[in-house]
Amino acid sequence: MGIQGMELCAMAVVVLLFIAVLKQFGILEPMSMEDSSDSELELSTVRHQPEGLDQLQTQTKFTKKELQSLYRGFKNECPTGLVDEDTFKLIYSQFFPQGDATTYAHFLFNAFDADGNGAIRFEDFVVGLSILLRGTVHEKLKWAFNLYDINKDGYITKEEMLAIMKSIYDMMGHHTYPILREDAPLEHVERFFQKMDRNQDGVVTIEEFLETCQKDENIMNSMQLFENVI
Amino acid sequence: MAAGVATWLPFARAAAVGWLPLAQQPLPPAPGVKASRGDEVLVVNVSGRRFETWKNTLDRYPDTLLGSSEKEFFYDADSGEYFFDRDPDMFRHVLNFYRTGRLHCPRQECIQAFDEELAFYGLVPELVGDCCLEEYRDRKKENAERLAEDEEAEQTGDGPTLPGGSSLRQRLWRAFENPHTSTAALVFYYVTGFFIAVSVIANVVETIPCRSSSRRLSREQSCGDRFPTAFFCMDTACVLIFTGEYLLRLFAAPSRCRFLRSVMSLIDVVAILPYYIGLFVPKNDDVSGAFVTLRVFRVFRIFKFSRHSQGLRILGYTLKSCASELGFLLFSLTMAIIIFATVMFYAEKGTSKTNFTSIPAAFWYTIVTMTTLGYGDMVPSTIAGKIFGSICSLSGVLVIALPVPVIVSNFSRIYHQNQRADKRRAQQKVRLARIRLAKSGTTNAFLQYKQNGGLEDSSSGEGQALCVRNRSAFEQQHHHLLHCLEKTTCHEFTDELTFSEALGAVSLGGRTSRSTSVSSQPLGPGNLLSSCCPRRTKRRAIRLANSTASVSRGSMQELDMLAGLRRSPAPQSRSSLNAKPHDSLDLNCDSRDFVAAIISIPTPPANTPDESQPSSPGGGGSSGGRASSALRNSSLGTPCLLPETVKISSL
Repeated sequence: MGIQGMELCAMAVVVLLFIAVLKQFGILEPMSMEDSSDSELELSTVRHQPEGLDQLQTQTKFTKKELQSLYRGFKNECPTGLVDEDTFKLIYSQFFPQGDATTYAHFLFNAFDADGNGAIRFEDFVVGLSILLRGTVHEKLKWAFNLYDINKDGYITKEEMLAIMKSIYDMMGHHTYPILREDAPLEHVERFFQKMDRNQDGVVTIEEFLETCQKDENIMNSMQLFENVI
Repeated sequence: MAAGVATWLPFARAAAVGWLPLAQQPLPPAPGVKASRGDEVLVVNVSGRRFETWKNTLDRYPDTLLGSSEKEFFYDADSGEYFFDRDPDMFRHVLNFYRTGRLHCPRQECIQAFDEELAFYGLVPELVGDCCLEEYRDRKKENAERLAEDEEAEQTGDGPTLPGGSSLRQRLWRAFENPHTSTAALVFYYVTGFFIAVSVIANVVETIPCRSSSRRLSREQSCGDRFPTAFFCMDTACVLIFTGEYLLRLFAAPSRCRFLRSVMSLIDVVAILPYYIGLFVPKNDDVSGAFVTLRVFRVFRIFKFSRHSQGLRILGYTLKSCASELGFLLFSLTMAIIIFATVMFYAEKGTSKTNFTSIPAAFWYTIVTMTTLGYGDMVPSTIAGKIFGSICSLSGVLVIALPVPVIVSNFSRIYHQNQRADKRRAQQKVRLARIRLAKSGTTNAFLQYKQNGGLEDSSSGEGQALCVRNRSAFEQQHHHLLHCLEKTTCHEFTDELTFSEALGAVSLGGRTSRSTSVSSQPLGPGNLLSSCCPRRTKRRAIRLANSTASVSRGSMQELDMLAGLRRSPAPQSRSSLNAKPHDSLDLNCDSRDFVAAIISIPTPPANTPDESQPSSPGGGGSSGGRASSALRNSSLGTPCLLPETVKISSL
């Protein structure tokens, strides 16, 4: 009957309220034991300290002052001493507001993250910069090869190159002149492979890459473009 | 761009090496960078407190003062630091912005001071960080509200001075809006207030049962039925007064449409309309029911009090501004009422002889319970009903209590704002008076300087020592500036008193030139008056309040300022005339009497005499007020042979 149904409901409500009150008093803690311990414990974020200044000086070609300046800037931006991928993507995207720089930033991140632990430490940062700014042409080319070789197997395949090329073209955004065609990256990759792939086996090895680049005047001339960045 | 971008730019550029092998065209050459000296520590000295920071830190924001070359203006080569004469406490926040990229708002500083500092250092207020943004905005809005009220008050012009030439309508409206402006308005204000009270009391008393004289207990009439004529007369009188007031307001209103739509006028209409409707409604039974209902509306007369009470207005304004909270309260209450009424109805359905006959009937129970009134006319009898009933009353307290603090805080804020507005208005008046005083002091000093400076060859040198005041370098330069202005325009400064007298007064000097009233521009024949600047028609006045001049010597006193200038036929022509016997008074310092008369220049660009300011005795020595005023026209052109300027000087 309806009355008994209502009474049942009323009883149910009373029981629920009772349980709520008990929970408040901490007497009853059903089914939440595992989570509570974790919620109370908050680990502080991991902090990283770089190696000593002298060690870095030996590893890189920067002077002490330059290292100090670099570290100050780095630490200011990343107080924990580590740059994770998302932060890196964010920072890099700010330089290319028109397009989407996240893919390329991802590749860059991997290139800088030498030990592949998912975060760039100051050492990685500064070693990479040293190569790019103060390294020999050979070293720079090797770095570039490393960038293109996504899976780090020593060969640049067409797919890898296409991915890289697409990400670079992505950074341009939509509003370009002339209008960006769909197959522009592919064309570019074809041209690249034509130039680089000597034995036409569909992959570019490091030797082929180095050889071709060293023969190319444009590339050689522009190698020292970015030397005075710091 | 964000803060960190500048730091990472070198990195991004370095990473561009990765594009080199892919480039199909030669890359452009890098921009030439001037020999970077490497990072160095800059010292910024703000009012003695030294802040040191890396140059790179400041360079992060190149569009601010510290980040751009603008700071070189503040560079002190001797000490090798940048010196700013500003508040060092505020600078701390500015510098932290460079360091951390977040601009914080100091809690204990005035928000306007903070704004000014930001403006100085070239920081946009939108840079305030999220943590402090809300508070910053709130405080700024509060400030803006206060200042807006100030301006509004000035614009409504509630000062005692009426603009000249206001029509009857304007005066009437002003009297209505500000009863304190005139006595009649005040009287009217109180009379209407009295009649509102009388009307409301009459309405109330009308319904009290009066013992009829025949002492029949069975029939108890209300007073209204016992003395219908008396109450009718009172009602008529009140309505007449209200009608008159309403019509007068309607007549005086500057914008009748807006007035008609305003709340107060609606209340007025609602208050008086029932009476007129009642007059025209025939007294038959069908309609008289409605007629009785109309009487209810008479109670709205009590709202007319809101013109008389500021608190009521504030309350009304608060309710209006809390409309959203009230709406939320109403909505949540309605939801809860419906839910609980339904539950209670079904819980009590089975009981015989239950009061919960329908869900709407249960509404009453729910409302009474939720507001914790608990009349007890409807009570649940089943257990389920009681359980739900208790839950209902517990939740009722919560639902009602939630929006109330918001409304209260709103009311308190508005109320305090009102208090502040009144205080500020009073303070503004004081400030204005002080400003006027200061201005008059300056001008008096200048006029005195003129006296003293212009009277090099004045006869009485003995009195001068007492009257001369030491002037600071600033004053000297200021006076020189004013003097230059005078010479440029061939007019002189006098005081307001003189000018106003000159406006109304006919000239004094009979034997002097024809002196005519200022307002008239006669082309008097044979007017030998020479004037310096016929083109100078502008009337320049620097009005002085009757400030330091001692008004004790009420009578007119003429002062000769021309003695020294008489010899020059230059534009600045003044003549000293002997004092008119009846117009002279002795001065303490300088016992000369001067006569001044007003001359109007007959040249086509009719000159109007300009006002000049009297210089009240400034500094030491001169005990009484020595006011000299020169009211004159001077015109260029013909050499001033007889610059017959008659000056009226007054204290």
